[in-house]
Amino acid sequence: MKKLIFIELSKIFHKKRTYIAFTAIFLISSIIELALYFQGDKYIAFATRSLRNSFEFSGNLLNGYLIAFVILQSLSAYIPFLILLVGGDLLAGEATAGTYRIMLTRPITRESFVTAKFIAGAVYTNLLLFFMMIASLGISVLLFGTGELLVFKSKLYVFASNDVLWRFLLSYGFVALSMTTVLSLSILFSSLVENAIGPIISTMFVIITFLIISALKIESIESIKPFLFTNHMSAWREFFIKPLDYGKIIISFFVLLGHIFFFYLLTVIIFKRKDILS
Amino acid sequence: MEKQTNEIILEVSGLTKKYGSLKAVNNLSLNAYRGEVIGFLGPNGAGKSTTIRMLLGLIKPTSGTITIFGKSLKDERLEILKRIGAIVEKPDFYLYLSAYKNLEILGKISGKDINRKRIKEVLEIVGLKKRARSKVKTFSYGMKQRLGIAQALLHDPELIILDEPTTGLDPQGIKEMRELILHLSNNLKKTIFLSSHILKEIEIIASRMIIINNGTTQIEGSVEELLNSSEMKVRFEVDDVSKAHEVIKHSMWNKNFVETEKNKLVFEMDKSEISELNKFLVENNVKIDSIVPIRSLEDYFLKITEGKTE
Repeated sequence: MKKLIFIELSKIFHKKRTYIAFTAIFLISSIIELALYFQGDKYIAFATRSLRNSFEFSGNLLNGYLIAFVILQSLSAYIPFLILLVGGDLLAGEATAGTYRIMLTRPITRESFVTAKFIAGAVYTNLLLFFMMIASLGISVLLFGTGELLVFKSKLYVFASNDVLWRFLLSYGFVALSMTTVLSLSILFSSLVENAIGPIISTMFVIITFLIISALKIESIESIKPFLFTNHMSAWREFFIKPLDYGKIIISFFVLLGHIFFFYLLTVIIFKRKDILS
Repeated sequence: MEKQTNEIILEVSGLTKKYGSLKAVNNLSLNAYRGEVIGFLGPNGAGKSTTIRMLLGLIKPTSGTITIFGKSLKDERLEILKRIGAIVEKPDFYLYLSAYKNLEILGKISGKDINRKRIKEVLEIVGLKKRARSKVKTFSYGMKQRLGIAQALLHDPELIILDEPTTGLDPQGIKEMRELILHLSNNLKKTIFLSSHILKEIEIIASRMIIINNGTTQIEGSVEELLNSSEMKVRFEVDDVSKAHEVIKHSMWNKNFVETEKNKLVFEMDKSEISELNKFLVENNVKIDSIVPIRSLEDYFLKITEGKTE
């Protein structure tokens, strides 16, 4: 299994499309950091305009933590689409290239082949999130220094600078879990078809549909919302609320984990029964 | 090219694959013996590739059994695959990786310890040593086909399954591939299961052949016996078919007459009788433009290839 995982990682990191997500994250983070470096004061003035009459703000508000938070908030909605470029290609890409034939005529089980794909995909996803943490949090702290973090979410939360880092680390971890769920879904779709475009579009369609359903305030669909994994993907924001709602975070954690396991299991079952015709 | 031993290495019994109501392979049974080159012949769509995919576990049979090296493929697939090398249809590889890297990957999951020396060795056998570090996307079709052979040989398998290995190759490539297969059989003593839709190819390389059509075995036997039978069909191309036919009708040759095809008369006869019939027609003022002898197997195969017979 270890050999298979390394083989899959080697395949992923030899493909050019793998680096699209890294490049996009680096570019978006850099653009936000540069823009705030030069016009950050205006941004802070605009963001706090309604509070200026009631509060007095002092200290380094435009710090690395705030910028990292802005980047995380902006990117968390778009990373799924970057993850799909690799996830959708993991199995379907082999079918398109005709390489199932050389791999599956070797003495390996189909379960181990799929499992290695899942693990390699998860490693890629987590590396991407780690890279994002360096590109956003690391570079922002280097450029802007640290300070208190102000978060507006129905009310204003102020976090002391020594109370922020662990929240970020857990948030990135949670986003990684969410993205692994997206990856798992894309691998499931990837096992059904022989072209990577199909799984990419199908997963996008599912995510967008679920997000729309989640946003609708209609009583009849309220009951299904807790079961939509997209509803739990934004639970990383809970780490920036005081006090922490542990119950909500734990439920979201297990819902996402359950989805990953379910998508994995379904993929293995489908792939084991699949006739390799490509 | 006699078969080497009587040990059955591959045994297929009642193999069937259905796709809905379509039977791609229908109750197929065959054997392959250790050391032989067995030709698996059939027109396009006869069920050759589906059979080969079933032999390798890529497709699950609807019914029937496959036993390789005395083990059931269903129960001991992994053990069996350690001892098989194969090319299935097109030679597809990871184009963004080098030839060496492709083989390195496949070597790691071959169930044997494949070191650098072995990878270089197989690249040398197929004449790709100098291009080992080139990405496969820069390879011609013929080079990919040779790399396909290299990956099939990598783990030194006992049985090599080659599905249409000469398809898409130029004449020189076809010649080289034939020589390579013969080298594998004669010098490295491999058992080779070779599928093709070209009779000539099987005739040159194989010691035994199986012809399938519509998913079922039509003919099975030694290549020599099947092809060198003295009974054959002969087509006489003449200037005036009706006149020639009239002459034949009232002669002893009428028993050999089969049919007329445009300006040709077709006879079924022994090789030794051709010159006598030729002499008879000339003496009766029938002008002969050409005489084309066709061995009965060749004729049969031409017919199934052209879809004239079921």
